[in-house]
Amino acid sequence: MNAPVPNAAPRDPTVEPAAGAMLTVRIRRDDGFQTFTLARRPAQTILDVVTAIQREQDPTLAYRFACRVGMCGSCAMMVNGRPRWTCRTRVAAVAEGDALTLEPLRNLPVVKDLAVDMEPFFTKWTAAHGAFEPGETPLGDFAVVAPDSPERRAVDAGIECINCGVCYAACDVVSWNPDYLGPAALNRAWTLINDVRDQGREARLDAVSGDAGCQSCHTHMSCTEHCPKALAPTFAIAGLKRETARTALRRFGARHFRRSA
Amino acid sequence: MSPLLYVAQRGTAVILAVAVAVHLGTILYAVRGGLTAGEILGRTQGNLAFLLFYGTFVVAAAIHAPIGLRSILREWTPWRGRSLDGAMLGVAALLVVLGLRAALAVYVA
Repeated sequence: MNAPVPNAAPRDPTVEPAAGAMLTVRIRRDDGFQTFTLARRPAQTILDVVTAIQREQDPTLAYRFACRVGMCGSCAMMVNGRPRWTCRTRVAAVAEGDALTLEPLRNLPVVKDLAVDMEPFFTKWTAAHGAFEPGETPLGDFAVVAPDSPERRAVDAGIECINCGVCYAACDVVSWNPDYLGPAALNRAWTLINDVRDQGREARLDAVSGDAGCQSCHTHMSCTEHCPKALAPTFAIAGLKRETARTALRRFGARHFRRSA
Repeated sequence: MSPLLYVAQRGTAVILAVAVAVHLGTILYAVRGGLTAGEILGRTQGNLAFLLFYGTFVVAAAIHAPIGLRSILREWTPWRGRSLDGAMLGVAALLVVLGLRAALAVYVA
């Protein structure tokens, strides 16, 4: 499920830039686009590019990174219009000719240049009840979870999310409806719905329903298309749609029919 | 959209998929067969199956369309809240009244 980044490798890894080749990089900054020119290098990543620009040309350029190896998810930005991890994206794979356009992640407020404020993303993660709910009293014994049970498989399919925000930037529904919880928060909720130890199922199903919730997803699958971890939030959201519908019908039946029976 | 509205919209979509196909098939049959308006009305008048079919069709459409319209309006306009929900109930009522009126008119004509 967690395949390596599918589109991070160069289209043809044997093709390296010619000696002396230059790269033209347009970067959206607070006052519009600014263009930089720098040398192309073998196996150069987008993160290498912005780092070189900051070190050699403009130390005021703001961007964010931490691990540089595709583990932390903090270096995501829009590269030629698509959200990507810059540390795992090679220039050779995405440059249009010798040109790149870099912008901050879509759907999030910009702090400065290429660095965005992730607070709305994590606020929604919390609103979707993204934290494990152990309940008032702990379970009497260890929960036995068979590795091949349907619930465990559903959890496995989405558990590797590192909250990089790429799916959130790719989601058109978030751009139309700023209240929409977004693919990452809903994917997280789905992993907890399938966690047999979790005690917050009913409240979580309520939290992911409604005009900001899973029913607003249009199934465009942009999140699944762009996820650098090759996860499929679309299917997690589809699972939430089924589960919230079942629960709503069960509650409706209990409210209107069982009482009179 | 609440989960119950979601279920209502998906459920009525299933009904509409069948109803629209039957409706279009009926139109093609009537036109290709060269039926006159009088001959069509002769078949529909007093036909309870016809009334039940189009009654179901109308009610399904009246449930389905306003739910989708509400989502579209929420995404493309700043309209929110009770006024939007009330307006969509109005659209549903309008579709029911106009649709059933048309079906009844052909039934009793």
